[in-house]
Amino acid sequence: MATIWVYLETAGGRLSKGALEALGEARRQADAGGGSVTGLLIGSGVQELAGWAGQHGADKVVVADDAAHANFNLEAHTRLAIRALEGGEADLLLMSVGTHTRELAARLAAHFGSGMAVDCIAVTADGGELLFKRPIYAGKAYETVALAGKPAIATLRPNNFAALEADAARSAEVEALDAGLDADSLGLIVKEAVAAAADKVPLTEATVIVSGGRGMKGPENYGLIEDLADVLGAAVGASRAAVDSGWRPHGDQVGQTGKTVSPVLYIACGISGAIQHLAGMSSSRFIVAVNKDPEAPIFKVADYGIVGDLFEVVPLLTEEFKKAMA
Amino acid sequence: MKIAVLVKQVADTAAKIELLPDATGVKLDGVQMVLNPYDEFAVEQGILVKEAQGGEVVVFNIGPDAADEAVKTALAMGCDRAVVLRDEAAAELDAAGIAQALAKMIEKEGGFDLVFCGKQATDSDTHQVGPALAQHLGMPAVTFITGFEAGDGEVVVGREADGVAETLAVGLPALLTCQKGLNEPRYPSLPGIMQAARKPKEVLTLADLGVDATPAVTRKGMEMPPPRAEGKLIEGEAPDQAKQLVDLLRNEAKAV
Repeated sequence: MATIWVYLETAGGRLSKGALEALGEARRQADAGGGSVTGLLIGSGVQELAGWAGQHGADKVVVADDAAHANFNLEAHTRLAIRALEGGEADLLLMSVGTHTRELAARLAAHFGSGMAVDCIAVTADGGELLFKRPIYAGKAYETVALAGKPAIATLRPNNFAALEADAARSAEVEALDAGLDADSLGLIVKEAVAAAADKVPLTEATVIVSGGRGMKGPENYGLIEDLADVLGAAVGASRAAVDSGWRPHGDQVGQTGKTVSPVLYIACGISGAIQHLAGMSSSRFIVAVNKDPEAPIFKVADYGIVGDLFEVVPLLTEEFKKAMA
Repeated sequence: MKIAVLVKQVADTAAKIELLPDATGVKLDGVQMVLNPYDEFAVEQGILVKEAQGGEVVVFNIGPDAADEAVKTALAMGCDRAVVLRDEAAAELDAAGIAQALAKMIEKEGGFDLVFCGKQATDSDTHQVGPALAQHLGMPAVTFITGFEAGDGEVVVGREADGVAETLAVGLPALLTCQKGLNEPRYPSLPGIMQAARKPKEVLTLADLGVDATPAVTRKGMEMPPPRAEGKLIEGEAPDQAKQLVDLLRNEAKAV
């Protein structure tokens, strides 16, 4: 009879895709073990999202809604989450992996002295105990761990857990949480939070990523990658070689010293496949490699490979996808 | 300014990783060990702040004796002295335990204005120690910073958080986790390397700190990632290859 809580992250006034995936997994685990699912929603104007959470699997949603919480502030969110959780009802707290949830989860685990597993790719029940599988060394190996303490905390990697279809017949009980905090006591002020263009998908959440490496030959050629990404609604990534050459911003780097990604489709253009790059992307469901060197290590992990000149192949791919998806 | 920098020694990211025969851990014999790449940005930032404002940079490390090499690198880059925990029992600590031990080490020393560490260690990949440590120390924390500007009693930091460019003002003392883009870590100079061996290093044990080493995370097993299925090389002229690939991705893989 586990009570599973889900921290519901919002993005652009909606529940994030990852939050819906975490809700879906919470629902499956609760149904299998005879438990319940409670969502925790902190923000400004988020009350109306509680119903949406109910349709996606929550039995109850605890809401701290206040204009003061329009932006994520780690200090404020930590205190409010502790306020919501200190009753001791939650056995497990799930959240989707993101910059904010990583730091929030770590502070909460430290406060409650409970075990935490980050970036989980599978949750399984072994007898009465839940086990969490997670990549280490950026995916060069996996470990499976059990968590002690209450609430145990696990963050889930995007694209690895299915969200539930919205079910209009489902609804959640809504409980208000006192959202008040002494603003002067916060050690942190968010001065500015500027969202990227709405159509720009963060790399770590993207279902499709088109990535360019040393074979791009220079920053001026990334238009080819961007055109293909536009057609596919994809995020644009880069190899370390491209970032270190100053062709692309640091935030675009995929690999063990950049971002670890697990999209449904990863298209690597002009990327040879250094060990540290492969570590960061080889859990992608499908990998496509376009490279003129047939010996490039990237072909060892690719599901589909084209040995050829990316300057010729990539624009043709863009045209073909355009036609096929029109 | 009194500045703490936390460093860890990890396997080189270019290393191939294999499991021990009983799958209880990773085989590190013969693997090149290095200062955690993200910690280089933390060390550099600590030194930059000291160079601009004066003060002292203290390196903290928990690990086996061999981790002295990572500490030496940080000292050679320009940190002033080190406080390390060397205790076989520390190998059993999980990330939460490491954060607790570091909190005790930092509190014992006392008086820090800024604590810098890497955004994650490239072995365990938990991203947990920094913010957990901040919780124990009662400090605000910002993770993944790529921008830093010193202010009066506060610092202003920038970062990209999942598609949102954030600028945050943080009151001191504070903990910041660092990543690529923040600065360009310097190489240790020859005189720096010579001096590093002579810089003070305090060695502590768990007993000195009174840390409970009971882990909250228990490893039940390890495995290598499943091998990927044999891939398909698409033959033909470029226009035909493009057509085939799009068809395979849509109709065979159903990936788009």
